[in-house]
Amino acid sequence: MFGLNKKDSALLLLVAILTMLAPFILNPFPSDSGLAQFNAGYPDLMQRFVIFGIFAIGFNILFGLTGYLSFGHAAFLGVGSYSAVWMFKLLSMNIIPAIVLSVAIAGLFALVIGYVSLRRTGIYFSILTLAFAQMSFALAYSVLTPITNGETGLQLSLDDPRILDSANTSGSLPVTSLFGLEMRSSFDLVVGPWSFTFSVGYYICAIAMLLAFYLSIRIFRSPFGMMLRAIKSNQQRLNYTGLNPKPYTLAAFVISGMYAGLAGGLLASMDPLAGAERMQWTASGEVVLMTILGGVGTLIGPVLGAGLIKYFENIFSKINDTVLHGWFGILPDGIEDFLVSIIHPFVGKGWHLTLGIIFMLVVTFLPGGLVEGGQRIARLFRSKKKTDGADAAKTEPAE
Amino acid sequence: MSKTNLTRRGVLKSGAVAGAGVALPTIFTASSAAAYTNEPTGGSVTLGFNVPQTGPYADEGADELRAYELAVEHLNGGGDGGMMNTFSSNALQGNGILGKKVEFVTGDTQTKSDAARASAKSMIEKDGAIMITGGSSSGVAIAVQGLCQEAGVIFMAGLTHSNDTTGKDKKANGFRHFFNGYMSGAALAPVLKQLYGDDRKAYHLTADYTWGWTQQESIAAATEALGWETVNNVLTPLAATDFSSYIAPVLNSGADVLVLNHYGGNMVNSLTNAVQFGLRNKEVNGKNFEIVVPLFSRLMARGAGENIKGIVGSTNWHWSLQDDASKAFVKSFGTKYGFPPSQAAHTVYCQTLLYADACQRAGTFNPCGVAEALEGFEFDGLGNGKTLYRAEDHQCFKDVLVVKGKENPTSEFDLLEVVEVTPAAQVTYAPDHPMFAGGALGTCNPGA
Amino acid sequence: MDAIILQILNGLDKGSAYALIALGLTLIFGTLGVVNFAHGALFMIGAFCAVFVQRLLNLSFETVDPSKTDFLGQPLKVKTPYVESWFGPDVGATIIDWSVPLAVLFCIPVMVLIGFVMERGLIKHFYKREHADQILVTFGLAIVLQEVIKAFYGANPIQTPAPETLSGVATLAGGIVYPVWRIVYFCFAAVIIGGVFAFLQFTTFGMVVRAGMADRETVGLLGINIDRRFTVMFGIAAAVAGLAGVMYGPINAPNYHMGMDFLVLSFVVVVVGGMGSLPGAVAAGFLLGILESFASTTWATTTIPGINQIIIYLVAIIILLTRPRGLLGKKGVME
Repeated sequence: MFGLNKKDSALLLLVAILTMLAPFILNPFPSDSGLAQFNAGYPDLMQRFVIFGIFAIGFNILFGLTGYLSFGHAAFLGVGSYSAVWMFKLLSMNIIPAIVLSVAIAGLFALVIGYVSLRRTGIYFSILTLAFAQMSFALAYSVLTPITNGETGLQLSLDDPRILDSANTSGSLPVTSLFGLEMRSSFDLVVGPWSFTFSVGYYICAIAMLLAFYLSIRIFRSPFGMMLRAIKSNQQRLNYTGLNPKPYTLAAFVISGMYAGLAGGLLASMDPLAGAERMQWTASGEVVLMTILGGVGTLIGPVLGAGLIKYFENIFSKINDTVLHGWFGILPDGIEDFLVSIIHPFVGKGWHLTLGIIFMLVVTFLPGGLVEGGQRIARLFRSKKKTDGADAAKTEPAE
Repeated sequence: MSKTNLTRRGVLKSGAVAGAGVALPTIFTASSAAAYTNEPTGGSVTLGFNVPQTGPYADEGADELRAYELAVEHLNGGGDGGMMNTFSSNALQGNGILGKKVEFVTGDTQTKSDAARASAKSMIEKDGAIMITGGSSSGVAIAVQGLCQEAGVIFMAGLTHSNDTTGKDKKANGFRHFFNGYMSGAALAPVLKQLYGDDRKAYHLTADYTWGWTQQESIAAATEALGWETVNNVLTPLAATDFSSYIAPVLNSGADVLVLNHYGGNMVNSLTNAVQFGLRNKEVNGKNFEIVVPLFSRLMARGAGENIKGIVGSTNWHWSLQDDASKAFVKSFGTKYGFPPSQAAHTVYCQTLLYADACQRAGTFNPCGVAEALEGFEFDGLGNGKTLYRAEDHQCFKDVLVVKGKENPTSEFDLLEVVEVTPAAQVTYAPDHPMFAGGALGTCNPGA
Repeated sequence: MDAIILQILNGLDKGSAYALIALGLTLIFGTLGVVNFAHGALFMIGAFCAVFVQRLLNLSFETVDPSKTDFLGQPLKVKTPYVESWFGPDVGATIIDWSVPLAVLFCIPVMVLIGFVMERGLIKHFYKREHADQILVTFGLAIVLQEVIKAFYGANPIQTPAPETLSGVATLAGGIVYPVWRIVYFCFAAVIIGGVFAFLQFTTFGMVVRAGMADRETVGLLGINIDRRFTVMFGIAAAVAGLAGVMYGPINAPNYHMGMDFLVLSFVVVVVGGMGSLPGAVAAGFLLGILESFASTTWATTTIPGINQIIIYLVAIIILLTRPRGLLGKKGVME
């Protein structure tokens, strides 16, 4: 299918089914039950899942294939967001020009930074990318405020020109759309006690993610991908065979920068605000963590890692004591309070703690990340050695 | 995977039992059956409390959450009623809002505009929150206010001090009870003149982002009007932790006042460094060197420890105020939690009560109705004296406190003493004042 | 001229903190080959040793003073620290006043122990793993450590003041006024750095460790238990980070995320110094500290707006582009 072999087609199909049915899959609990707290099937979070999935897929093309660990990838996401919001302000609320520009600008930015940074390897490369990203963040937060609106983040305003759109007289801000199809419109499907939300924005992002995923499979399987793997396993040997690895790594860097730009553009299309924090080192670190957590060099791993981290950030941070008491309300008072006080430090304001513990547990017991966890479970179910997804999931040393 | 399949089957089964899946348009949609976003249909109404729970302002966020929980308790008729008993409007009955029980959801802003918006969106989209409130920095407040305007819910700002929140970034659905940079300047200036004279040379250190700039602009304008001279204004990076290289040049600048336009960790560190360099004991131009911190909070004062003694600043509210409303609030908060509330706790408690009262008076949760009830609303009995929610920019006008670090605190909470209560008239400005110009409220958006 | 000397002093001071953290990072990296993202957290825990000691000394019993009232109008409970009742108010107050120097003594065994536990319990299992895995596990550990501290001490900074006699300003030659504690900090850092170098250079233990850093396998083949020595080095590196933290407390009040604030900077320092080079790490620490101080002068910020925000990163880029392995880096280390 689409020039993919059988296993890859199966993987792509699986991902396609999962993303298309996400509104069902992520809302497994009836909306009036106590467990509805764990439902993640609302538009904003679903959009974030796939958008950060794109970001991580792109990062993995660089890190997973070439072993170059960029610690400044968030800068491309930030630049993409800023470009997209500026497009909304100046040109039109249609997301197509905004996304095109954000991918292009991020690619250009990646070309410049990559050209300079790729003169070094290993940790020296990492620190160079980190330095560029931190400089972008610091300047965007302060000196470049006329372009970035600093602390608050770049927002739309009523008096923006938007030269392609008809004049806005409604007194409220226009909405991002795809040729009139509004990103924020959605449908609620109520089935008994369940409620499922289908959002236009989510499906646009999901399609973008599937395209990005497909492209990433093609890159992984192409001669170009082989070349990148060769760079990872032994760059010196490659040099001796008379090949110059630089154009290949630079191409990988720019491609992954464009993925980040696409993610940034989509983020801005779903919610037209671009904050400087998107470029901070913590944001760059987050995508590194997503990729390692999911499984470096695997196709699906980064998406899983992105999903897990975003789930914690958005779901666990909202569990407060009132919710806990709601869950355990049927138990006797003493036990209820005991359970609440046990769980309390790990949820709500303690979601960072739980995330930290999960990082440590996953990396200690599942060296290949979540993908390896999935494989182990698969192996449990099938006594014979697992077959599908194995190649995709094969991990290789990072350096 | 097996779990997913199970759910799918469950969905189909229950769908079959129910006879039909009913498709309803929902929030963020142009055409909708509901009159406005998240119209409460059951016996309860959900409010969204969006505060920093991680990051440097987590302690302020925690104090805000305590106040919110107290407010919800009081609205639902629990506890001793707190400031509901002193509030000049008697619309609230202690039976929730409009007879609906008040429930709440909480979220973490992480003090980042992005995360704050994500958190607010999840409250609106997933939990059906009808109002969002909270925050502990202006960047977040402005970002979330923008979101609420688009989504069609009311935003009741928490701790946000930048002029822009009700200035160039004001929104029809957003309301601020807290004071702002201009008011700090206007309240501080006369006191500074009285304490330190009208012939002073001020050196400003300013946090290099929007709040810092508006604050510095306001203070410089107010003090220059007194005859003070602004020697220098140095912008410091937000990420700075050691301010020694910014403090050292002050020593030989000829300035005799240092104004620290910093907040939070920045303020604690810059003040600590300034005291370290002996600025407090220095004499310049035959006068004692003085340090001014325009925006004070007790939580930050606690972080600054000994260094805060004798330093003058302004604050929105302080627990040592002796009016009935403040005493009632301190009593019910202190009894529940064992320590007095901070100004952040006070402002969010007031905001919750004001919102509930506006719904009650308007007879609806419709944001446009609520906004109308809040606009131009005059009230008293919430701890700041007579207060006006101005219609033109949705800013509260009330007395501002000028405070000073206490020399001999009797307890760990007793860190600030009130020097002067500056009357509201003195800190009032025209809605089109140049520092606030450039934005428009727009029209109220009920969403649906 | 005074202004320049002042900024050099400030730079040395900032540089001391950078150099101490970078030194520890390089020790761990050079001996164990582990990228330790939890090193900033160790610095933070060191600072909280001072908070802990201060709280410990301030443990109090309460007496009711009916003449005063608390915020609820009830009689005020006055707290008297036990040390004051045991040793008399004056001696007691002095002990509390000297809590930071006391914390230094307390911090060394605690940090060495934490270092041992960390190395034996966790890091040991990651020697043969990829650097990416090391980053993830140590980053996770850093988050856990800082969240635990936050759970106990809150998010706001907590002052750990220097003793009264050391907290004023000193007038140096040429009439320059400078805070005493910052001078103490610089001297302290110099002693620690000197001590670590002397230990590695002049003791048999240090010699073996250096040999192990150069060629771990061969040293192991010679029948030396190099692993145990490396564990000791991890303990020493943790102690260095902790000491840097505990002494830093009086300069800036400790808060739970101070480790993260220093983490990225200290990595930049290590890399600019050159991977695996101890002198490089120290030199880069002081260099970046001084440059940062000068970049924040009004002269610099008016010439190039925003230079104070980016100077460290800018210098890092320039150095890494002109010197491929930083200032004194070794060939083939993490390239």
